[in-house]
Amino acid sequence: MVDDQIVSSVAVSSVAPGDGKLADNIVFFARALRRAGMRIGPAAIADAIDAATLIGIGSRNEFYAALQCTFVKRHEDQLLFDEAFNLFWRSRDLVQKMIALLSPIAPERQGEDRARRAGAERLREALLAGRDDARPPRDEPEIEIDARDTVSGRELFRKADFAQMTAAEIAEARKVLSSLILPLDRVRTRRFRAAHRPARIDPRATMRDAMRFGGELILPRFREPRLVHPPLVVLADISGSMSQYTRIFLHFLHALTEQRQRVHTFLFGTRLTNVTRQMRNRDPDEALDECVAAVKDWSGGTRIGETLHEFNRRWLRRVLGQGAIVLLITDGLERDDTAELEVEIDRLHRSCRRLIWLNPLLRFDGFEARARGVRAMLPHVDEFRAVHNLESVAELVKSLSGQGVQGADPRRFLRARTA
Amino acid sequence: MAKHETGKLPQSIDETMAMLEAQNYLAGTQLATVLFLALKMKRPLFLEGEAGVGKTEIAKVLARSLDRPLIRLQCYEGLDVSSAVYEWNYPAQMLEIRLSEAAGTVDRQRIEGDIFSERFLIRRPVLQAISAGVGRAPVFLIDELDRTDEAFEAFLLEVLSDFQVTIPELGTIKADEPPIVIITTNRTREIHDALKRRCLYHWVDYPKAAQELEIIRRKVPGCSATLSREVVAYVQRLRAIDLFKNPGVAETIDWATALTELDRLALDPETIADTLGTLLKYQDDIARIEGAEGRKLLAEVKAELLAQG
Repeated sequence: MVDDQIVSSVAVSSVAPGDGKLADNIVFFARALRRAGMRIGPAAIADAIDAATLIGIGSRNEFYAALQCTFVKRHEDQLLFDEAFNLFWRSRDLVQKMIALLSPIAPERQGEDRARRAGAERLREALLAGRDDARPPRDEPEIEIDARDTVSGRELFRKADFAQMTAAEIAEARKVLSSLILPLDRVRTRRFRAAHRPARIDPRATMRDAMRFGGELILPRFREPRLVHPPLVVLADISGSMSQYTRIFLHFLHALTEQRQRVHTFLFGTRLTNVTRQMRNRDPDEALDECVAAVKDWSGGTRIGETLHEFNRRWLRRVLGQGAIVLLITDGLERDDTAELEVEIDRLHRSCRRLIWLNPLLRFDGFEARARGVRAMLPHVDEFRAVHNLESVAELVKSLSGQGVQGADPRRFLRARTA
Repeated sequence: MAKHETGKLPQSIDETMAMLEAQNYLAGTQLATVLFLALKMKRPLFLEGEAGVGKTEIAKVLARSLDRPLIRLQCYEGLDVSSAVYEWNYPAQMLEIRLSEAAGTVDRQRIEGDIFSERFLIRRPVLQAISAGVGRAPVFLIDELDRTDEAFEAFLLEVLSDFQVTIPELGTIKADEPPIVIITTNRTREIHDALKRRCLYHWVDYPKAAQELEIIRRKVPGCSATLSREVVAYVQRLRAIDLFKNPGVAETIDWATALTELDRLALDPETIADTLGTLLKYQDDIARIEGAEGRKLLAEVKAELLAQG
């Protein structure tokens, strides 16, 4: 929280009204925030400079309020802003602050709680961006931080790993996503929108329009079916063998959830967890934090058949209603009997529009459908693809957009095996 | 037990229960309470539950016992304002324009006022529900709301909190007396919190054995005592095992009716196999119950009823 201390001496001196340094600092601060994922336009920066100049530099609280009310436009950004403000405007000396940021052991962080706060990783990166020259060689502060946060046990480490997104990852996920908005991933609804070319006649608009000429001239107006994205339902395996891939995919999913409506996300290991609400949190780090908190069985075993059964019973009718596409992300290494798995995946397949299986194992060249789980599931999916990096996610995006992408036919693997 | 007089709003929970029972609807205390509150507080009642547990029936019973018209809005994907609220009668409007042309009137204002008047307005359920006269506020059933899309749900927010709609050419129409609103959903999709917040919520569950037996007794009078006991015990057991779609009360009634029509006095494996289609609606479920599992279930039911005497 912001305490009532006087803004640091150097900040004050370099920031004295009329000096011009204040404006520079605010601009730099704003750019850092932007790199960390906040949406800040030039107008907001101008406003912030105005506001800061107007209040004059006195108490830290007032200064905080001035920047906060001009930069934070979405509640989700509040946390990021607070972190950034504390980090950026705290130290006595700008140079010293940069050194502090870059040094492996950041002295000012020692008093903080041990768990990394959401957004910390992103901010650190954002503040350092463009300072590559100042970056010390290889032995990065990152390593220090990771080591410090490893409180105990593998699971906690994995959780910590999961909870932080780097700015680069977010940017990459967004970039991949920007190609998602393609016309073919749309389904027609029974609602209409105005059309400019001849389509169906819209009697209401026609009549209303005709009144402009007193009914003398009746020109047809048209309408056409509105197109929407079909719902997307994601079932992601988070068992031990999958955790490194799921991370990348959750980034992608978060960006996707933010961008389009009707994305439902379920995570499963030995049991099924619906994290749709958690994913709706606008801040990606907080969203993943909440996911981690909601799931009881990170990095445990897998019971695909049982969790699919659970999904089919409790959620299938609720989320697959309107022509949904299902993404199933798992390596298909089932521990239990595969008889149940086969029945359940068949049910799932028959209830959705398209079932796409993403399997990270597929990236290995000699992949063969040998595991029993894989063989049980393959006949029931429409597409079978790799997912291990953002490039393969980009391929998936193409497929979701309706562009024919070769090499996803699941039967290929079954044939290869029997031949 | 409290008595209920047709046409009057019930004044207590007991009276609400009596009112429902008079129409052969057996409600638990919980449902009666929430219904009583909804009537008293003039808030929409949001009923959620599996298909066939009697959600829609509540609205019908309410309309009958309060002696009010029932207006039903059946929701579906793509439901829009023109089919839910109002529409203009275009052919008639067109004709009116032609007629006035033929008569030589070219007063633009008058034609406009004419063709966008009540005379050419087609009232759809929402408009009907809010434009009924004072003292005759209807029961407004919004059935299977989960089938519409989010856009329509958002539109309902205004209707349900202010009971008014706006027609650009006519202005805002507000209900003199808010209708009694019953909303049902099968939970094929989650309804937004904003809408739920405006309503009283109740989850309608499958009835307990005794209650279901009483329902069969009332709804299928021809069904023998032994048969109805067996039917109910069997259905209750079916719901406990892991089926894809559990049979609802409506299915139990259908089954009891079917068996009565076939003049059966007790259950036997062949009869069950022949009539299972009235009870279960998924081939996987039917295949499972037709086999050994169904016979085992029947044996258990018989043993249980024998033990009870």
